[in-house]
Amino acid sequence: MSASDILVLAETPRGNLSGMVAELLGAARSLATATGGQVIAVLLSNDGTPFVSGLQGADRIVLVNHPSLAEYSPLPFLAALQAVIQAQTPRAVLIGSTSIGWDIAPLLAARLNAPLALGCQQISIQDGQLAATCSLCGGKMLAEVRIQQAPAILMVLPGNFAPANTPGKAHLETFSPPVELSGGDSAGVVFRQWILPPPGDIDITTQTILVGVGRGIQQKENLEPIQQLAEILGGAVCASRPIVDQGWLPTTRQVGKSGMTVKPKLYLALGISGAPEHVEGMSGSDLIIAVNTDPKAPIFDIADYGVQMDLMDLVEPLTQAIQAKKAR
Amino acid sequence: MKIAVVIRQVPDLIEPLEVDSTGKALDLSSAAFVLNESDDHALEQALLLKEKHGGSVTVLGIDFGDVDSSLYAAAAKGADQIIKLLWGDPNRTPPPQQAAPMYAEVLRPLGPDLVLVGVQAHDELDGVLPAELAVCLGWPYVGVVRGVQAANGKSLLVCKEFPGAVMAQFEVRLPAVLGILGAEQPPRYVPVSRIRAAMKTASIAEQQVAVPPEAVRVEVARLYPPAPTERAEMLTGSPEEVASRIAALLEEKGLLR
Repeated sequence: MSASDILVLAETPRGNLSGMVAELLGAARSLATATGGQVIAVLLSNDGTPFVSGLQGADRIVLVNHPSLAEYSPLPFLAALQAVIQAQTPRAVLIGSTSIGWDIAPLLAARLNAPLALGCQQISIQDGQLAATCSLCGGKMLAEVRIQQAPAILMVLPGNFAPANTPGKAHLETFSPPVELSGGDSAGVVFRQWILPPPGDIDITTQTILVGVGRGIQQKENLEPIQQLAEILGGAVCASRPIVDQGWLPTTRQVGKSGMTVKPKLYLALGISGAPEHVEGMSGSDLIIAVNTDPKAPIFDIADYGVQMDLMDLVEPLTQAIQAKKAR
Repeated sequence: MKIAVVIRQVPDLIEPLEVDSTGKALDLSSAAFVLNESDDHALEQALLLKEKHGGSVTVLGIDFGDVDSSLYAAAAKGADQIIKLLWGDPNRTPPPQQAAPMYAEVLRPLGPDLVLVGVQAHDELDGVLPAELAVCLGWPYVGVVRGVQAANGKSLLVCKEFPGAVMAQFEVRLPAVLGILGAEQPPRYVPVSRIRAAMKTASIAEQQVAVPPEAVRVEVARLYPPAPTERAEMLTGSPEEVASRIAALLEEKGLLR
């Protein structure tokens, strides 16, 4: 254990190792190289053994096996991770900007009086200090921050770090937290069940053409011509979170951090600003065409083609132009 | 059920954002402010619970921006009590670590069963208010919540959102703090006329709070808008011209079949 070590929380929601873990291990490796410390992966589960092969980018793997960790629940996970951190005294703790991360990272920081940085896109050591570049205001601002106090809790945005590719000789160890994980305060939140989306809607993750709509559509009635455009294209309509929050489209159509991850051949982004939470779910699309009235909208940073225009001015002529091409 | 809701003012992202002369913070004097979106959902969720199970909704906001309007709008929607926290500096908002003890000071004597706060404010950099508040109060916490049902007098059934439209359902012991991502239905619309009426009938209770010292653990060295990457090739012209270009592009790439 050393104050130069970098600790990574390896999440396993619904029994699957999170896709972010390899990225976190990659980020941790570059930090640990600078600090001279080790990369420690922490896996909280009832039996973490099946996930060990996915953590070989670490130098050490700490397994905390306990029946109360069989399914995610904030308080036992927090108690277990806090105990690991207090035992390992790392320089930094890397946690994904995920549903679980949004519980654990801020709770941990509050309990430990530790520094917390949200939305980390870059992490490094500069002049011996931990430095991070963080996205805020929906991606419209970046903050370069410095953190002296350890451990620093860093919430990492996906898609910004190369996955760890170190072939593995990670040392495996188990840790029994000297705290109660199943009763007392930990019983304040108890996992009951997973609720899967109702069947019946189309699966947007299998569509080759998606027309994504965001806040820019302004009113539900504007969905109809956009649905016609999607039909002409042979694709489907999906949305960023505000549209789903309004109840205009079902949650099965939501793209982004808390929705689906899609990789269509064409993603036509209409009135979507490009907040990191949405981009996370669609940046792997082959071709991205974005339409937005704001020339500074972050969506133009990841789009292949951009149009600065009110989307409703474009939808009808675009539908007609495509119809004309198809009719030939 | 006694429910408290915390609401925050955040810069309106529709408007341009500027960095102040220090180069380390937003220029709040040039920003327009709106109710934080997930706080609006927290209020809606509280009102839905009240309508279903009875009880009361108290809404709290720190004196900043246009918080009075947001508080009156909350009253117009059905909040029973609206409270403004005075902390001596209405020209900025305290960071979550500093704000949480202020809210806790007001909440403890109110004795709510449940505190709902939006899970995130887009201008937060080094703290998450609902989590800070839960630790401050010593109450259970779940964030990224998209649905709350009263199970019995002592607990709630709470749905937490995961990727792929999957929800995890938890039983949460009361009193508790929840970080709301979305309410079970969209925030209700309230006409301006009803807000104006609320301004005449409802009154904002102002409460001075003790200001804890600000512990700066994350030092901002520089704040700036991201440089345009100029990845996107911009298509210009009339809507018809742009539409024609896009259609040609799609045809060229074999996407029109």
